[in-house]
Amino acid sequence: MYSKLASKWSVKKTTLSLFALAIPGLLYLLVNNYLPMFGIFIAFKDIDYSKGLWGSDWVGFKNFEFLFRTNDAFIMTRNTLLYNLAFIVIGTIVSIIMAILLYELKNRLSTKAFQSAILFPNLVSMVIVSYLVYAFLNSDSGLVNLSILRPLGLEEISWYAEPKYWPLILLITYLWKTAGYTTIVYFAFIAGIDKSIYEAAKIDGAGKLRQIRSVTLPLLKPAVILMVLLAIGRIFNSDFGLFYQVPLNSGALYSTTQTIDTYVYRALMQMHDIGMSSAAGFYQSVVGFVLVIAVNKLVKKVDPDNALF
Amino acid sequence: MEIASRGEIIFRRFAFVTMTLISVGMLLPILLMITASFTDEKSLILNGYRFVPDKLSLDAYIYMINQYKVILRAYGVSVLVTVAGTLISLIITTMLAYPMSRRDFKYRNVLAFVVFFTMLFSGGIVPSYMLWTRVFGVTDTYWALILPNLLMPAFHVLLVRNYYQSSIPHDLIESAQIDGAGEFKIFFRIMFPLSVPVVATIGLFMALVYWNDWINALYFISKPKYFGIQNLLIRMMNNIQFLRSSEGSALIGTGAVDLPSTSIRMAMGVVGLLPIMVIFPFTQKYLIKGVVIGAVKG
Repeated sequence: MYSKLASKWSVKKTTLSLFALAIPGLLYLLVNNYLPMFGIFIAFKDIDYSKGLWGSDWVGFKNFEFLFRTNDAFIMTRNTLLYNLAFIVIGTIVSIIMAILLYELKNRLSTKAFQSAILFPNLVSMVIVSYLVYAFLNSDSGLVNLSILRPLGLEEISWYAEPKYWPLILLITYLWKTAGYTTIVYFAFIAGIDKSIYEAAKIDGAGKLRQIRSVTLPLLKPAVILMVLLAIGRIFNSDFGLFYQVPLNSGALYSTTQTIDTYVYRALMQMHDIGMSSAAGFYQSVVGFVLVIAVNKLVKKVDPDNALF
Repeated sequence: MEIASRGEIIFRRFAFVTMTLISVGMLLPILLMITASFTDEKSLILNGYRFVPDKLSLDAYIYMINQYKVILRAYGVSVLVTVAGTLISLIITTMLAYPMSRRDFKYRNVLAFVVFFTMLFSGGIVPSYMLWTRVFGVTDTYWALILPNLLMPAFHVLLVRNYYQSSIPHDLIESAQIDGAGEFKIFFRIMFPLSVPVVATIGLFMALVYWNDWINALYFISKPKYFGIQNLLIRMMNNIQFLRSSEGSALIGTGAVDLPSTSIRMAMGVVGLLPIMVIFPFTQKYLIKGVVIGAVKG
């Protein structure tokens, strides 16, 4: 009886001390993540600091009405979706090609050297990226205007004032910064493919291209589907730095650089319009959440092992 | 060694050449920034930024050495925030991951869900901003630069949990328990030291998050004395005079005409990127490993 009690007590003590270890992290998540989740009600209020967050008046869907009556709502949604779509499609294709090339080198030393080189841009902050883009594009001393367009006798372009060029500029910048990372991910998946399958294909007389088409790509398919679905789950989000700092916050470019993230920032910090900003944020959070759930359902159907939950 | 056919050799060469071109292409923008920073101001004004400078010059760097106070201060802020942020993040990440890894801990699934759900849904920027500024009053403090990022990649917690579950034998914990060690002792004396490989990788990524962060300062910092190197760079991009507007600018008494602003911009970029360039050769192995772990197990 005594020992049973003692062991029960020791189990309780273990549970308690394990729980105690988790407390700093849990408290942090409560403050940083969970309280703001409840805070999305702000989108339904007309925040007046003198009345406080709780005391401010409820206005129902008014903030949303105002938001969706503007042209901004359409522009930022369109931009966010189209950029993500382009990033997913082109980024995936480019990374798979690079990963296959890396794998076919069959030389550990050069594979490692290339991996390092293509990963480096991923470590560069968006602020530095904006400097690099500036070095190419600014109209006074940019390389493209002064060393390419001018010698060719073409008219110089004021890049930071012409929205139409930015989809391409941002796509290239995005690929430059992230393609190395995703290439390394796909490379890891390809390296995990059983080598004997290639041997068998070779014996059957399959050349290199045929091996890629009939072995590598089909076996890579589940990984690609998973990565693409995960990316689709985040299709309502964008890299704030890419769309805000790389175009140097240029107002002339909003029509092609405004995304939901940059709008939320500008509405909150520059226009001081909490209503619009929180409505846009709410819109992003909720649609994003629905997308993640939907995508997970899809993953579950396609590949149950890789479902998130 | 397998024997490669003719077609394979050709393909291998093609792969090598293509990857060489891509790799060099990816490093070119950085090369441009570096050479431009060493180019004479007059030739920059005439010909713009070029890969091969017409005339070398150290003017930009000399100017910056004279303005060292502002730059050193920003470096100091970045280092402080990076070190403090990474350490705190690692401690709370592993402390949270350990109970989740214990199969005999009743609430491990609850904890896992609490962590996981933050990856699915977020309240967005506005409520977070209100909370940090109105409730916690972090505006213009170092906390503003540290707190919002602590557990941002919540999947780090799950990575460490997986590591504890798969790489550390449960017997070790049991024998320590028999020896009378409490959970805190087991964690700090055994589990934390044993998780050095995964902690080092995560720490590296956290350090990068903190070093490269500038968005928190955009929201929470208005006083330049709290600017890290990234935010100093943003200020410099908007206003090249920013360096001299601060204290210590009296050292160069000349007018704005002499300011080699075109080359200073690029030199500032180099100064901002320098720490990354210096640590990269030593850390790239772990970074590549981290990318793979994060993708496959995350």
